[in-house]
Amino acid sequence: MTKTRQDLAWQELELGATLITPGNSDEYKTGDWRSMRPVVDNKKCIKCGTCYIFCPDAAIYETEEGFFEANLFYCKGCGICANECPTHAIEMVEEEE
Amino acid sequence: MGKRIGLEVSLSAAEAVKMANVDCIAAYPITPQTHIVEHLSELVNNGELDAEFIPVESEHSAMSVSAGVSAVGARAFTCTSSQGLSLMNEIVHIVASMRLPVVMILANRSMSAPISIWNDHTDVMSIRDCGWIQVFANNGQEVFDHVLFGYKVAEDKDVMLPLIINIDGFILTHVIEPVEFWDQDQVEKYLPNFEPIQRLHPDKPVTMGGVGMPYIFSEAKVAQDEPLKQSKSVIKSAWKELGDIVGRYYSPIETYRSEDAETLFITQGSYGETVSLVVDELRNEGKSVGLIMDRLWRPFPFEEFREAVGRAKNLIVIDRSISYGGQGGPLAIDLRSVLYKEKNQPNITNFICGLAGRDVTINDFKNMYQRAMEKVKKHTREEDFEYYGIRGK
Repeated sequence: MTKTRQDLAWQELELGATLITPGNSDEYKTGDWRSMRPVVDNKKCIKCGTCYIFCPDAAIYETEEGFFEANLFYCKGCGICANECPTHAIEMVEEEE
Repeated sequence: MGKRIGLEVSLSAAEAVKMANVDCIAAYPITPQTHIVEHLSELVNNGELDAEFIPVESEHSAMSVSAGVSAVGARAFTCTSSQGLSLMNEIVHIVASMRLPVVMILANRSMSAPISIWNDHTDVMSIRDCGWIQVFANNGQEVFDHVLFGYKVAEDKDVMLPLIINIDGFILTHVIEPVEFWDQDQVEKYLPNFEPIQRLHPDKPVTMGGVGMPYIFSEAKVAQDEPLKQSKSVIKSAWKELGDIVGRYYSPIETYRSEDAETLFITQGSYGETVSLVVDELRNEGKSVGLIMDRLWRPFPFEEFREAVGRAKNLIVIDRSISYGGQGGPLAIDLRSVLYKEKNQPNITNFICGLAGRDVTINDFKNMYQRAMEKVKKHTREEDFEYYGIRGK
């Protein structure tokens, strides 16, 4: 694996700090913006997928059992999923330091 | 050798742009830049120049179009003045950061208010720190030569930075001067085709000017500043090559009767020629006076200035721009920094004059010399600078 952008010295940047590899926003960990994270209570979950549809970052994925979980690498903790869940199965929990 | 003809400086500048075979001209008319762009539109319209002429709706668009044109690998030219420069300001910075070798002629005019169409350097100094290479021209011939020089330097693989040619509004733009044109084969020998290092192309997509998070932004800025500083060697060799072809040799600063002079005038732009006459007159009166004309403004020629100032006792720095609430004009401020901790610390008297095209004559410069000598004799630290010729002292 080559260096991440965090490790590059100024001489190693492309001309004008241009990005030459398409799709590298995948590598950007937006999860560290988060102050609260969604926790799903699968006992209340009816597998409707409303959270999956409403997540503005497409950070929620369906598990093999048909439940829904947030990918915490990308989840910014906005709480829209918890707000939209029809059975109140999602609780926003403070991130610990 | 090319033919020598009398032509308005704006028109000869446009002819030089034509000879540089630019691909696109995007500009919005503003006095005193207008004749340059008008003539280019004629050259495109009558088929003499095969380029896109884009009459954009504002200067912001003029620079945006130039950025886009340059990003796809074409040669872009634009031209503005004063308020137009302010309107394009946002993109001026972006073009430098994205390393796009756009060349712009800035017909220097004062910034409003009060509204003025006339010449000083308040416009260029407002973008001093925008990351472009910046040169000043003394006369029409220098304007012509520096259009071709501009693309040669800006598009150099080790540089890849935009370049501004400052020409004094009206004093140069609207004056008819003898200009020696280059032959087209001289241009082709001097100026290779633009070969971008990277460009916007669907076969190899890139993102230019993307987000730079705090962990990368400072590195990106150093990666921009270092080539600007190091561009001086490319600039010098481009001047050398220019001289070898057309016989006119340029340098970052130009000196006139300065070697043994006790007192040196320091100027930028077209005032240099007037002050050279002042130097002759003062020399005839037995005064030990010389002149340094600053041609290269950014990157700043530190070593050249230190060497040229040498053992001079007094500097009279002529600024045509104000740093409101600051220590004088931009040129004087930089020169004080250049000479800081040098063994020889000359007295620096800074005059701000010629704002908005007010005439500054040979007698005015002689008065400035007198005034500077009086200040030096008093051995007191007076104001850091003086507005010359202001009523109501």
